[in-house]
Amino acid sequence: MTFDWKWDFALEILPRLLRATLNTLMAAGAGYAIAMVLGLVFALALRSPWHLPRAVLREVLEFIRSTPLVVQIFFIFYVGPQVGITLSPWVAGMTAIGLHYSAYLAEVYRAGIEAVPRGQWEACRALNMTTRDSYVRIVLPQALPHAIPGMGNYLVGIFKDTPMLSVIGVTELMQAANSIGSETYRFLEPYTLVGVIFLALSLPTAGLVRLGERRLRRKLGL
Amino acid sequence: MDLSAYPLELPKGDCPMVRFMNVTKSYGSLVVLDNLNLDIQRGEMVSVIGPSGSGKTTVLRMLMTLETINGGVIYIDGKPLTHMARGGRLVPADEAHLRRMRASIGMCFQHFNLFPHMTALQNCMEGPVQVLGLSKAEARARAEELLAMVGMIEKKDQHPSRLSGGQQQRVAIARALAMRPRIMLFDEVTSALDPEVIGEVTEVIRKLVAEHDLTMLMVTHQMGFARDISDRICFFYKGKIEEQAAPEQFFTNPQKERTQQFLRAVKDAD
Repeated sequence: MTFDWKWDFALEILPRLLRATLNTLMAAGAGYAIAMVLGLVFALALRSPWHLPRAVLREVLEFIRSTPLVVQIFFIFYVGPQVGITLSPWVAGMTAIGLHYSAYLAEVYRAGIEAVPRGQWEACRALNMTTRDSYVRIVLPQALPHAIPGMGNYLVGIFKDTPMLSVIGVTELMQAANSIGSETYRFLEPYTLVGVIFLALSLPTAGLVRLGERRLRRKLGL
Repeated sequence: MDLSAYPLELPKGDCPMVRFMNVTKSYGSLVVLDNLNLDIQRGEMVSVIGPSGSGKTTVLRMLMTLETINGGVIYIDGKPLTHMARGGRLVPADEAHLRRMRASIGMCFQHFNLFPHMTALQNCMEGPVQVLGLSKAEARARAEELLAMVGMIEKKDQHPSRLSGGQQQRVAIARALAMRPRIMLFDEVTSALDPEVIGEVTEVIRKLVAEHDLTMLMVTHQMGFARDISDRICFFYKGKIEEQAAPEQFFTNPQKERTQQFLRAVKDAD
């Protein structure tokens, strides 16, 4: 067995892999958007004054975090139709990834919100602001800079987890590499390129997140 | 708790601006305020002094509804604050009632609690726009007038992080006044300040006392200042009012042993 890398083959499959990369980015972006919104809803619900729903939600989120994403993907895609919920691979995949990561982002948001000093809440109250205004105008803008590093980590995480969508046939990067492998019986080049593409996209993200955090802090005058 | 002994409203006429009626506050088994009875008249300036842990800050926090109470009733301008009338009897206040009643109370904090992501001007406009529903232009005019009054108009576009403690506290006073409260609460507003800037904040409070028709309640450690501007001094000790009197009487001729001890200790520390 030799380790023979073929440049012409690699260049030949690169356009196909890059096209699939677009799908990967879309999947990561859409999944992240769902996770960001849902995560905020969960974070706020975890701070609601109602004990029972709060306790139930806490357990549900713990359950989501404690079971593998790939199981959740399979479950939504294959078990869903048995209870009358038939979703396309894309929609099922986005739902699973969005839900899974919302459970993590809820924690990130919660920590960010709790990092805002209690005095800010008291000032809101002394100005007779509603709870909603206190969150929207005062607390969340200050919580965001605290949350950004954690949010950035999960953005990279969600991106790296998109290959799991290949198990239900979403044509993302991993799926494309698999197809190339089974068509040509060459695996070295496609999988290596997949790794390189992921690296090339993940590395700058961390830097961009740090930059974004600094910019936001300056913009908010913090 | 039996609330039937408490009136739904205090009789009109000469009812006090603030009345604490048998107010009790405890955390678990720790009693912070024990059966407090205190009236504050319209336009009166009352200073609350006492050793730490005597419950003096709690008095202010209860009035601002930052703390709930465990017993008794607080009345503002004759109407219950902590409770509300329903079906001819008093029940604990709901959020809507608290919001109505809170509108007449403003508070300044030891650590200012300005909104760090807003400029001084935005801090003073936030409440009037969001809560009172003023237009931006009206709110700005009112905020600028107040910032000028506290001597902060030149710094109106600065964020709090660019301001000194004394400057932040003056903005905080303007922010509270922008809501047009009838009662102002000052919770150790000079305690976190460097000595050289205390004067700029006390000057503003002096001005308020002289020019405005506010009812004020101030927790402070500055005996000289309290003596100068107060109508009355309340000395708290272990959750009770140990002694209260007009400033001259209180500082020159304290009646109670505890008061004398406290004033001696404070004098020694100076």
